Amino acid sequence: MKEKSKALKAAFPHTIPVFTGFAFLGAAYGILMNSKGYGVGWTALFSSIVLAGSAQYVAISFLTSIFNPVYALLMTLLINARHLFYGISMLDRYKNTGKLKPYLIFGLCDETFSILCSVEPPEDVNKNRFMFFVTLLNHSYWVFGSVLGGLLGSVISFNIEGLDFVLTALFVVTFVGQWKTKKNHKPAIIGVVCSVVCLVIFGQSNFIIPSMITILAVLTMSRKGYTDNRELAEEKIQ
Amino acid sequence: MTLTPIQTFIIVCMLTVGTVITRFLPFILFKNTGSNNSYINYLGRVLPYSAIGFLVVYCLKDVNFRHYTYGIPEAVAIICITVLHYWKENTLLSIGIGTGVYMILLQIVFK
Repeated sequence: MKEKSKALKAAFPHTIPVFTGFAFLGAAYGILMNSKGYGVGWTALFSSIVLAGSAQYVAISFLTSIFNPVYALLMTLLINARHLFYGISMLDRYKNTGKLKPYLIFGLCDETFSILCSVEPPEDVNKNRFMFFVTLLNHSYWVFGSVLGGLLGSVISFNIEGLDFVLTALFVVTFVGQWKTKKNHKPAIIGVVCSVVCLVIFGQSNFIIPSMITILAVLTMSRKGYTDNRELAEEKIQ
Repeated sequence: MTLTPIQTFIIVCMLTVGTVITRFLPFILFKNTGSNNSYINYLGRVLPYSAIGFLVVYCLKDVNFRHYTYGIPEAVAIICITVLHYWKENTLLSIGIGTGVYMILLQIVFK
């Protein structure tokens, strides 16, 4: 028990920024869900078992149009494709985590990844428990924030027109952040250009799958020009 | 609610399955070998950037440049976010102000 509380105490300070972020983004999510007629129960369910902010935001558009589970699955796979990289980066760290491993992998969202790949717990703290508590705290912040938003949304009424821009803002910020830290802008440009071209050709309701295929194809074709070892080594840190 | 509860529940399951696949796949694929497959490694490295580029376009897919508002609120907000984020690099600040600017433009200026 003592060991557990020690790990929790060590983990907590690292998660404070995530708490702020998730309270804000989670609340916006809960309010949005509420405004589309999905009560706090649905919000809590989504946040507890999906635990993928971007995918959940995008899924709102699937909850407010024609029922299309295949698109929802494909979009989730595309949005979360970055987790493949997180997973590959965490193979070693999660190696001897025993019973905790499934949960650690399940809860590996962007924010948890960014803490766990960069922070080492103090020596007298059990590393596996430390990683577990970082994951658990972040997970609970996300559920807390979105439930709070779901409740607020049904109590206070204010004009939320345009609040869904928070998602666009999140992706633009991520895009700018990536642009700043990465020297090779080719993958980012490929993503934007392929999507715009497909949007123009296929129209707004049919461009998702063509975009995914085009992006994968162009990335695969341009792989040869991307084997500069020095750059690969630099990027491994990110 | 646009969908029925059962349809909504199926969407929740789809999201969960999709997320679980992307999170568990590397650990299943590289259970013993480690990350030796260079193609997967390459995709893991470049796809995050392309995916975010795609997502930005996806979010803006319904903007109509030929009709009223002409995409101006979106453009102004995105410029604000970009400048702010280059300058301060504070994710929450950029998202908060960017969304605020957009809401003000939409609700007051372009009423």
